[in-house]
Amino acid sequence: MAGAPVVRLEKVEKWFGRTSALRGVNLSIQPGEFVVFLGRNGAGKSTLLRVVARLVRPNSGYVEVCGVDVLRHPEAGREKLGFVAHSSYLYRNLTAFENLQFFARLYSLSDAEERINRGLRWVGLEKSAQRPIHGFSRGMQQRLSIARATLHDPEVLLLDEPFSGLDLEASELLREWLQSFVAHGKTVLMATHDLEQGLQGARRWAFVDQGKIAEELTGTDADIRDEYKKFLKEKRRDVL
Amino acid sequence: MTFFKQAGAIFWKDVLTEFRTKDALTSMLLFGLLVILMFHFAFDQADSLQMDHYGPGLLWITFVFAGLLGMNRAFAGERENDSLQALKLAPLSWGAIYLGKMLANLVFMLVAESVILSCFAVFFDFDLLPRLGRMCGITLLGTLGFASIGTILAAISMNTRMSEVMLPLLLLPITLPLVIGAVNSTAAIFTDPPGEFLGFWVKFLVVFNIIFVTLPLLLFDYVLEE
Repeated sequence: MAGAPVVRLEKVEKWFGRTSALRGVNLSIQPGEFVVFLGRNGAGKSTLLRVVARLVRPNSGYVEVCGVDVLRHPEAGREKLGFVAHSSYLYRNLTAFENLQFFARLYSLSDAEERINRGLRWVGLEKSAQRPIHGFSRGMQQRLSIARATLHDPEVLLLDEPFSGLDLEASELLREWLQSFVAHGKTVLMATHDLEQGLQGARRWAFVDQGKIAEELTGTDADIRDEYKKFLKEKRRDVL
Repeated sequence: MTFFKQAGAIFWKDVLTEFRTKDALTSMLLFGLLVILMFHFAFDQADSLQMDHYGPGLLWITFVFAGLLGMNRAFAGERENDSLQALKLAPLSWGAIYLGKMLANLVFMLVAESVILSCFAVFFDFDLLPRLGRMCGITLLGTLGFASIGTILAAISMNTRMSEVMLPLLLLPITLPLVIGAVNSTAAIFTDPPGEFLGFWVKFLVVFNIIFVTLPLLLFDYVLEE
């Protein structure tokens, strides 16, 4: 029998003006799952992650993270989350160390220095710790962004198109880190429009279309590839 | 206590960034000094009565327009790399973001104003020293109100089209009572002995500040909400 879900959404609706971004989304994710949201641009994948992080307030519905109602207690909910997006969310005029030190203060971490050094070592940036990040490559910034997002040891990691703009080596490293994160019993929710990036490491896939979870799947890479292609073809036919 | 520590962290980050880039301070200082220089040539220096009459207004016009340049930069650092999202993702009340940024803006404005005020005293042959304590108090009160309203309006206008135009359009009408209070208080200390209405205008500035520092603290969650 499944335990308590780590992320739970019930009948979540979000409108931006007259545009519906999420339409009655229901979702339940267990601890240790690696779930990928696949869909075209504008399907509602990013909004879904932003609602879970309570960056966006839904118009109606219920959102729970690690047993916390994030609509009522957003701060307590965010404590359990890490978020990595296409943008690094870092300050370009601060050094790598200062960036992490700043976020450690925001998260009121008591053993900040130890965590920062461990994080920098983990992402292989300990030698660049005292360099301002405006001189960092995109791959280095994304690695530091992962150190930032995991500094407070979150239970759930949210990733919004994390591979875009990364070279092959940086993508491989990111994939390895995600695997080790899941291996430690943590949960990963990733949104991407890139099927190949979304296939690796995940155990569950959700196809998002027009603000709804159109299909949920588990299976082999080949099954998912076929299903997703079929799904996209159907959607294209609907549009035509 | 955590709230103030988190606000302090944001303040520290903004001050450190400004110390490295000097973006806001340079623009405020250069603009302020140029305006004082222009006023210097535009007004008759020999007429001290004219100075008593127009001086406080000139000084506060310079403070306000220099401050506007600083406010336009208030959230510029958060737009790069979309880092405002990281602040919003942290387990803090978004009021702490407001407080930290407002205090940083206040410090930048006060630094610029101290240089502008010194130049004003030199260019207009104004005897600042006997009035320095009172002048500092009024400048602090006027600037605190301006920084508090400016910070929340900078956050509101940040994502609008032509935000650099939108900010003054919102900020100047709302801060008008504050500027009137600051100009009248300054005018009262320009005369010797200080004018009889000084106490009234200082109380006005204190009440204005209590309202306009507290309100944004309560409303900032709604400003950042999407």
